[in-house]
Amino acid sequence: MRSLIFALALVLAPLAARAADAPAVAAASDLSAALPEVAGAFQKATGQTVKLTFGSSGNFTQQIQNGAPYEIFLSADESYVQTLQAAGRTQGPGELYAVGRIGLFLPKGSPLKPDATLKDLGAAARDGRLRKFAIANPDHAPYGRAAREALQAAGVWDAVQPKLVLGENVSQATQFATSGSAQGGVIPLSLAITPQVKAAGRFVPLPADRHQPLRQRMVLLTGAGPTAQAFYRFLQGPQARTILARYGFTLPARR
Amino acid sequence: MGAAGMDWQAFGVSLKLAGWTGLLLLPAGLILARTLAFHRVPAKGLVEALVAAPLVLPPTVLGFYLLTAFGGNSALGQAWTAAFGHPLAFSFAGLLAASLIFNLPFAVQPMQRAFEALPTDVRQAAWVSGLSPWRTFWRIELPLAWPGVLSAMALTFAHTMGEFGVVLMVGGSIPGETRTLALSIYDRVQAFDARAAGAMSAVLLAFSLVAIAVAYGLTGRVGRRHG
Repeated sequence: MRSLIFALALVLAPLAARAADAPAVAAASDLSAALPEVAGAFQKATGQTVKLTFGSSGNFTQQIQNGAPYEIFLSADESYVQTLQAAGRTQGPGELYAVGRIGLFLPKGSPLKPDATLKDLGAAARDGRLRKFAIANPDHAPYGRAAREALQAAGVWDAVQPKLVLGENVSQATQFATSGSAQGGVIPLSLAITPQVKAAGRFVPLPADRHQPLRQRMVLLTGAGPTAQAFYRFLQGPQARTILARYGFTLPARR
Repeated sequence: MGAAGMDWQAFGVSLKLAGWTGLLLLPAGLILARTLAFHRVPAKGLVEALVAAPLVLPPTVLGFYLLTAFGGNSALGQAWTAAFGHPLAFSFAGLLAASLIFNLPFAVQPMQRAFEALPTDVRQAAWVSGLSPWRTFWRIELPLAWPGVLSAMALTFAHTMGEFGVVLMVGGSIPGETRTLALSIYDRVQAFDARAAGAMSAVLLAFSLVAIAVAYGLTGRVGRRHG
């Protein structure tokens, strides 16, 4: 009932009212399991809240360039942060916060072998065992680009490409893979670790040298307020680092 | 998040968007619908096509044009930013502006049909009796056309509650501001939270069914009265 009253209060809130100081945070989809936990710890520690939005880093870059009112951007790829810095939308060069890992995910009942060399994936694409394979869109999702690089490095890109289904971001690609409508997919370790994905199939990490490292950089955007700055500092603190490490991220050395 | 993971905040944003859309489209739609029904409009076919276009345009096309029109590189976007300090895109006001455009056919078409169904002799009788056009509108036209007006509002409301593609492109899914129920469902599905997505989908389904039932029921009334 209280929620309903809250909903009604929102309806009646004046049109022009901007949200109070709960800064909007744009975060790469591979963080969609870990970051809510970090935000929860932040709220516990400081009583302040942030508003999280997850999506592909490329789309966020577009939106921020077009004036989207985010105060922090956690990109899955540092080049997007550099693009925004060049456009004058950031406060400084930002901070490396994690290095991501990818792996091959096979849903329950998949006819593919959990083979980190991806040789079986190539064979399955040729012999018809593989009908659909899910990755994030390499055009604007860094995890999709890493997946493409790994498939190319294994020499199976040409065979697999006709079977690809592209997620708008890596969460959606993971959704495609876990639903069983695709026979496999390349997904981030940080999502493979979550109970829902774990229960849906098997995951084998791919060797980190098969793709450009997923150097994930975050940055304060112009106009970031005090709460955003506090959260940004919190993200570099021990509590946040512990959570990120638990989700399989490799952490940069502390400065 | 409340019971079963229902995102009440997103529900509130959707309600607020649907409410404002209806409130603003009611007078605008009435004027447009009545003009199209009763007056000689130059290039009427073109105007009607423009009104109907959001029905058939892919939401991504509409969203793309609106994003371009609202963004920081357009004159409108720059003027808005200068006046309010934030861009029109990715704000609730931007969402509302987009909502007004993509709901135009849902508001205008049922009202226009209702006005067109009014017998000409009734309006002529009103004029002969000395009623001004304004009083004719209030005392004769609106009371006869109200089922069409109400069904237009019901459709507009339901359509706004459920709209996804345009909202995704011009909104940015910011909690409490531009994340509507439809976007929250999308987010929950991607977060593997099938329970919350299911609960919210059921709410949207119920809303839509009720609104469509209202709209059809009222359209039926108009048909019976003038058929």
